[in-house]
Amino acid sequence: MATFPFELVSPERLVYSGAVTEVIVPGAEGEFGILAGHAPFVSTLKPGVLTIKGDGAPKKLFVRGGFAEANPQGLTVLAETAIPLAELRAENLAKMIRDAQEDVEDARDETIRASRQQFLEQLTSAAAAIEADARISH
Amino acid sequence: MASLKDLRNRIASVKATQKITKAMQMVAAAKLRRAQQAAEAARPYAVRMESVLGNIAGTISGGPDAPLLLTGTGKDQTHLLLVLTAERGLCGAFNSSIVRLARERALSLMAQGKTVKIFCVGRKGHDALRRQFEKQIVEVVELRTSKGGVSFADAQKIADKIGAMFAAGEFDVATQFFSRFQSVISQTPTAQQLIPATFAAPSAAVTGAEAVYEYEPGEAEILADLLPRNLAVQVFKALLENGASEQGARMSAMDNATRNAGDMIKKQTLTYNRTRQAMITKELIEIISGAEAL
Repeated sequence: MATFPFELVSPERLVYSGAVTEVIVPGAEGEFGILAGHAPFVSTLKPGVLTIKGDGAPKKLFVRGGFAEANPQGLTVLAETAIPLAELRAENLAKMIRDAQEDVEDARDETIRASRQQFLEQLTSAAAAIEADARISH
Repeated sequence: MASLKDLRNRIASVKATQKITKAMQMVAAAKLRRAQQAAEAARPYAVRMESVLGNIAGTISGGPDAPLLLTGTGKDQTHLLLVLTAERGLCGAFNSSIVRLARERALSLMAQGKTVKIFCVGRKGHDALRRQFEKQIVEVVELRTSKGGVSFADAQKIADKIGAMFAAGEFDVATQFFSRFQSVISQTPTAQQLIPATFAAPSAAVTGAEAVYEYEPGEAEILADLLPRNLAVQVFKALLENGASEQGARMSAMDNATRNAGDMIKKQTLTYNRTRQAMITKELIEIISGAEAL
């Protein structure tokens, strides 16, 4: 299968760089898969699981905040947080959800509250998906 | 004339100081390497962010519904100065040169009748500005992260505060002051405008004819989502540059201090030896003249 260069970048470091066959990205308007030769495309991310398929077993990472850019040179995902699922502890996720809940409660104006509420829901659904995934693999 | 004991004590104290400055220099060198790595690791993110934002901003900035973070409020009456300095001193002119640049800007803006607000990050900058600009300082953030350097979460917190202030209409233009790292011996204090955001015009190689992007959701939504993130990225980048500059400045300051201490020890040892020799000679003369008198 054709491969293409893929980079996953967080503000603190380059998390992943290499040739892959497919990447599944949690986009703001739904998950999408990127294969080699995708049309130029930019999408923001929702919190969720990013799957990298290449040689060997697919790698899964939890990402939140940022965007994905596909162009003829390859795919770049910029994520504020990118943690391999194996290193992600349930407490971490629970803390993020708690923080998000507090943010919702602190929101003073309606539009901010709505956007934070949406973020919280995305986060909870990502957490549920990760938990289900963990049960299957064990 | 100081006694021999005094001289001995003084030499011992200078030697102790030299050991400390030497140790601080070595610590700074180790930290500098780490700070430089951190700055390098953060570069791809900032570069990508800028190129995508540049692309989108280019197509949308003319529109009437362009976000305020990009276009500004249309006024420049109230200025927010974000002054990024270190938590600790003993790093040469690092803190004072950033503060000086910020102070000059603040004074010139005030002379033009503008309102100035100051946001201090780092204890040293706050200490230096507090006396002169007590009324203008609106926020102080201290970075108490001694190990591991600054994290993105710190930058995010600062950017969130600025974003909230901007949304509340508390200022029109934001500028950050930090020190750009050039080399161990040269750091340039720099002012960079944050709001309204400025992007280098995307180069032709990036925007080439083939790069007609499809956006999901729309361009405006992406821009609204990314601009606050870009603020955090810019602050983070400045903090990292500052971290490297601080360690570089400390390293060369401590190198100087160690060398000065060495010179001082050499001079004082010479005085000590001369004084000792003079005393021995004096005692000998006393003994001889005493013996002759008999």
